Amino acid sequence: MQLNEKVLKRGENAIFQLRSLYQKYGYTQFKMSKFEEYDLYVRNKDFLVSDSIITFNDTNGRLMALKPDVTLSIIKNSQGSSDATQRVYYNESVYRVSGSTHSFSEIMQTGLECIGDIDNYKVCEVVMLAAKSLQTICPDFVMDLSHMGLISSVLDRCNISEDVKAQVIHYLGEKNLHDIKSLLSQYDVPEETFYKISSLINIYGKIEDVLTPLSEVFADEDSSPAIFELRNLCAVLQSEGLQDKINIDFSIVNDMNYYSGVVFKGYINGIPSSVLSGGRYDNLMYKMGRHCGAIGFAVYLDLLERLQARDRKYDIDTVILYDENSDPAAMSKAIKMLTDTGACVLAEKAIPENIKYRQLLKFRDRGFEIIENND
Amino acid sequence: MKTMINIALPKGRLGEKVYDIFEKSGFECPSIKEVNRNLIFENEELGIRYFWAKPSDVPIYVERGAADIGVAGKDILLEYSPDVYELLDLNLGICRMAVASKKDFRDDTEKTLRVATKFPNIARDYYSKKCRDIDIIKLNGSIELAPILDMSDVIVDIVESGNTLKANNLVPFETIVGISARLIANKASFKFKTKEIEAVKNGLSAQLEAQK
Repeated sequence: MQLNEKVLKRGENAIFQLRSLYQKYGYTQFKMSKFEEYDLYVRNKDFLVSDSIITFNDTNGRLMALKPDVTLSIIKNSQGSSDATQRVYYNESVYRVSGSTHSFSEIMQTGLECIGDIDNYKVCEVVMLAAKSLQTICPDFVMDLSHMGLISSVLDRCNISEDVKAQVIHYLGEKNLHDIKSLLSQYDVPEETFYKISSLINIYGKIEDVLTPLSEVFADEDSSPAIFELRNLCAVLQSEGLQDKINIDFSIVNDMNYYSGVVFKGYINGIPSSVLSGGRYDNLMYKMGRHCGAIGFAVYLDLLERLQARDRKYDIDTVILYDENSDPAAMSKAIKMLTDTGACVLAEKAIPENIKYRQLLKFRDRGFEIIENND
Repeated sequence: MKTMINIALPKGRLGEKVYDIFEKSGFECPSIKEVNRNLIFENEELGIRYFWAKPSDVPIYVERGAADIGVAGKDILLEYSPDVYELLDLNLGICRMAVASKKDFRDDTEKTLRVATKFPNIARDYYSKKCRDIDIIKLNGSIELAPILDMSDVIVDIVESGNTLKANNLVPFETIVGISARLIANKASFKFKTKEIEAVKNGLSAQLEAQK
């Protein structure tokens, strides 16, 4: 069957296109159950976006959960190890409490994970695929790149507790320099380190504007691996012609207990929150007792409905009125002629309410009579 | 077409002060001062559009992208923790979030502390850090009544001059956090209207500096 693109919703269309994109790079689909043992999430609670989970008892009494997250299930079941890399993509629903409504909602997610021996190339591949995913969905996009390794190399120089560090990271995420200032003034933070922290907020923007000032401020030994990795990434994205769409921005932060390297978020013009989120989460792998690295991202497809063309002018192209005496065979033949032209047709005995139609026809023995034309 | 920036301002005295700063920074919109029933005020030339919103709604407009930027009190930001950028401390509407009670109040740690407040999240957060078991009574106004009628032991509320408390024989005895008005921005808008939002932020920050 030929698929008419008009029929597909934005999200559905994206699923197909993203699937073919990921397959091109050797990713295979990972299919999983909607349920998972609750225990898996309790052990990694902070990794989840929200800590509310829908639970129920399985027939044998085990406490189960409707998946609030895909990544943990993939890690648990993946074969990836330090000598064999596993590349998978998925297209699944997750169940989370959505921010402002405080009620559960089903969120359609697609994304990919690369688990195993993660080297420079694989990081570049995943980040490039993230950017290309956004490009596939809508050409008017921006992707922000950040690096938890760089952020933690700076914060490790401050003599502050983990709680305060987490607070600083929270403020970085808000680009909130004034509150970092007043928080760190209570601690003995060297001038130079404070300058670096404020640079994490003040330096942002397009790759080519940012890379040089960044490597000048973060020239020390601890920061150099992160800067090196960012440079590599930018070179790859430039060679793909994506440089105008990529920002470096350290307000993209994730929990340091899970994320270790590059982290990124994608935005599409017209959608008020990020539609793509990902990063390298080696620390989570170690926590789960796996001795290898991992990187991946997720695309939130439910947000794409916001992009749908605002007002569809008509619900139906043609409404056809018929009566008891109309011959079904003649009618279906006549209707087929209309649908073959690509029109969508609704046959009813009375004019349906609350439907906007392009034209209204009456079925007669010899053909259609035009009653109303709204074009 | 020029990119339009939507700005949500909090209704009331603070909002008027905030608008003055915007105006002095070069983002004026004369129609806002006309007395009429309009809700939205536009200066097309400068590419800005203002609207007044209930102060506690400002972060909602910004988080959902209806406004690109807005001004909200830190109290509201702490209570609702919206996912937005907090770009600037405007140092306006300065006050503090404090714990207050009757003069003779003594915290009896053997009992659950009854706390009346308009800000349950801030109160919960503050006492959980102190490992103090509390019973939160969420009220929507006239918080001072609660300890007077012995419905609560303490209140958590905004203290500006302290006059309202004094008039009701209450005293503030712990400050939770300082409060002032902050410039916030929608995260996605910031990506697509970076230059325009930066211009507003820098204009305001220069004006605030000059006023010091």
